[in-house]
Amino acid sequence: MNNTATNSKRQLWKFHGGIHVPDNKEQSSRNSIEPAKLPSCLVLPLKQHVGSAALPIVEIGQRVLKGELIAESTAFISAPIHAPTSGIVTEISDALTPHPSKLASACITIKPDGEDKWIDIAESKTNLDELTLDSLAEIIGNAGIVGLGGATFPSSVKASTKNINTLILNGAECEPYITCDDRLMREHAEKIINSAAIIKRVLGANECLIGIEDNKPEAIAELQRVVSKSGHSGIDVVTIPTLYPSGSEKQLIKILTGQEIPTGSRPTEIGIVCFNVATAAAIYDAVTSSRPMISRIVTITGDGVKRPCNIEALLGTPISELIAQAGGYSDSAEKLIIGGPMMGFTVETDQLPLTKSVNCLLVVSESEIPTAGPGMACIRCSECASVCPSSLLPQQMYWHSRAQNLEKAEEYNLSDCIECGCCSHVCPAQIPLVQYFRSTKTAIDEYNEANAKNERARLRNEARTARLEKLDAEKREKSRLKKEAMQKKKAAAAAKAAAEEGGKTPEEEAIEAAKSRVAETSEASKPRNTENLTAEQQQQIDQAEARRKADSAEPSSASEEK
Amino acid sequence: MLFRNITSPHTIRPNDVTTIMLRVILALVPGIITMIWLFGWGILINIAIAIVTAIISEAFCIKLRGRPIMPALSDLSAIVTALLFAIAIPPLLPWWQTVFGMAFAIIIIKQMYGGIGYNPFNPAMSAYVLLLISYPADMTSWVSPIVLNENPLSFMQTLAAIFGGLVPAGMTWDSLSGATPLNSLKMALNQNQMISEIRTGPLWQGMIGGYGWEWPSVAFLLGGIWMIYKRVITWHIPVSMLGTLFLFGLLFSLLDPEAYPFGLFHLFSGGAILGAFFIATDPVSACTTPRGRLIYGASIGALIYIIRTWGGYPDAVAFAVLLLNMSAPIIDHLTQPKVYGHGSKK
Repeated sequence: MNNTATNSKRQLWKFHGGIHVPDNKEQSSRNSIEPAKLPSCLVLPLKQHVGSAALPIVEIGQRVLKGELIAESTAFISAPIHAPTSGIVTEISDALTPHPSKLASACITIKPDGEDKWIDIAESKTNLDELTLDSLAEIIGNAGIVGLGGATFPSSVKASTKNINTLILNGAECEPYITCDDRLMREHAEKIINSAAIIKRVLGANECLIGIEDNKPEAIAELQRVVSKSGHSGIDVVTIPTLYPSGSEKQLIKILTGQEIPTGSRPTEIGIVCFNVATAAAIYDAVTSSRPMISRIVTITGDGVKRPCNIEALLGTPISELIAQAGGYSDSAEKLIIGGPMMGFTVETDQLPLTKSVNCLLVVSESEIPTAGPGMACIRCSECASVCPSSLLPQQMYWHSRAQNLEKAEEYNLSDCIECGCCSHVCPAQIPLVQYFRSTKTAIDEYNEANAKNERARLRNEARTARLEKLDAEKREKSRLKKEAMQKKKAAAAAKAAAEEGGKTPEEEAIEAAKSRVAETSEASKPRNTENLTAEQQQQIDQAEARRKADSAEPSSASEEK
Repeated sequence: MLFRNITSPHTIRPNDVTTIMLRVILALVPGIITMIWLFGWGILINIAIAIVTAIISEAFCIKLRGRPIMPALSDLSAIVTALLFAIAIPPLLPWWQTVFGMAFAIIIIKQMYGGIGYNPFNPAMSAYVLLLISYPADMTSWVSPIVLNENPLSFMQTLAAIFGGLVPAGMTWDSLSGATPLNSLKMALNQNQMISEIRTGPLWQGMIGGYGWEWPSVAFLLGGIWMIYKRVITWHIPVSMLGTLFLFGLLFSLLDPEAYPFGLFHLFSGGAILGAFFIATDPVSACTTPRGRLIYGASIGALIYIIRTWGGYPDAVAFAVLLLNMSAPIIDHLTQPKVYGHGSKK
């Protein structure tokens, strides 16, 4: 299935399936990125990334400066949060965040003071040439940079891997409507290319491939221009065919390298690191000017807003204020989608903050994007399988998901589903397939979790039984030794009496006495693990002993009854 | 402002079941018109009887199952079944047999298994086989095609024949009906006639198949190709089924040209083309994986040839399809495509 691209010497590969959908990008891609107005308040969720939530290190009422660390990373896979502007921390409590669960989560609220005053950035001025794998990962980690394509995986984890051959920058932006990466590539090409050069060198990668769909000719031309002007070698801007979901990491890697990431693995395991172009730009800012991640570019589009555009906004900005900057809602606004139409989710309210994961606010009318009809019975047409970019059989996964047959669903590799939505899109019966898959994945996770718990409980119980048995055996051994010592003593006494009677020599008597002394002292000096027990342990032993007695008593009483 | 809450993807959906069924019906139209021209009004009357029976049976079952009737009927799947069944049965079949077959197809084969999407067997072919086994004489006497028939029945005469079992004065049932090309071939071969001898008969003057009989097949072929173009069906089943049938025909006619008819004859004389594009491709009862579909189609083609040549029935599309319907789940299970990231490619 090899396919040579016409506009580049580079060989491209194809992934299975995929769909063509109207890209609807021109509405928002015409104008340059606008800076957002300073918002009235900022709400910063502690978990804007994959992994553990950040831990707040500020107090209510505390004044913070722009760029100041307000919540720190808590694990290897975690990311810190910084104050996007200067102001006062007014609240640390649960608030609604843009998340499909629609549940509230912990947030830090900052009331901007309007000064937008930066913290004194330590003018460390990293020497780019001395940057190592570890120091780059540290800078990225401290800056709170996560994958800006929407997956929000902490970038420091990716940047700290060794043995990387290929660095891939993802500029595919295959989701319809979204143009924030397109505009970024057109307006900040130098930043992206410089970042690519830095990351490539630090990772020791042989090449850097920047994959962009051919529906963004301006971005491609601009990046190519900058690459040839900069003279960086080993950076290749690759035009790929427009086909959803070519911007999915797995699919993009297949297109550019022909390699598939083994199931359950990360690209780093086959020597590939993939960053979104916006992430690369953020890394450049962090490396060259110590700027933490406090803002992002977001596309605001759809026929439900009056003036579709791209805005660079501070994280935590209320979505309602961003929409207002985009001219406000038009009369036909009926649905508010966070993210693109294929994988985004609807929210019921715009009183939500912008987070690191939000790349698009799509406001549409029912006529622009009609609600799918009620699901009918599957007619087994297999259109879903023919468009699945993971070569799955969505129809079979659907049968087993509906039947709640988790084992069977897993047998059909449900966990390899990337939830791209192609199957749902083409389904003639309008079955919400992706929704079934998401919920079954959750059910499988819960099932595995419960199983793991049971397994832990079983192991604990086995260990306890073994421990009790051991204690028991030790006790028996002790009483046996005691008995032996007693017998020896008796024997010695008897021997003494016999000697007194039978006339042993004094030497013999002395030897006997010494022997019995040694026997006694060695017995006494043996360490015993039943000594120095805590009250609790003693209690446990007593209980166990009582149970044992009860157990051994029971059968005898039962036999008596007979 | 409270927004609507719905699940992704948020797109205009390009496909729906009704459109698919409508396209199948449209693809059938040229073939049906050709058949009406060739075999008379009986085709149209059978279609009407079958459609009415199908709709009533479907509505009855849906009501019994306590489900909304209109959405179920509006998917048009019952009408597709009715059309396929009506053009498979002889044009002058007594009306009650058509009603019996159609009610069996919808009530027993389709709805009792759970309705659209759940039937393991193709309803139209199940009903066809039921009638073929129950009423073999009626089911094998076809009207002679117009090109061989000097006195075609008028509309009223056809109505009288179907509903009253009446033949016009001066005619008999025998004079009205004739054997299908496949049937006459079988009878002739059973009498030890040579192919070269058989081919001098009037039924054999067609360009690619049975005289006259070839044209509906050509029309169905065009409809089928249009369905592939419109992505209603994929090429796998028709190509593998017809290819296998043709190859078997070619192979045996090369081995012994006097005992086995040539390959194209097999494609254009019976129900092979209709079966390949419209019946074996019924998504509900067919295989779903690409490799599975190739095996499924090829197996049907091989079975058709085997039953036609060495079996007791002149045509075998229905039997072959039903036998493979049974095998579809296991074929699907054994032909799962390689999933992204699983195992090495080579």
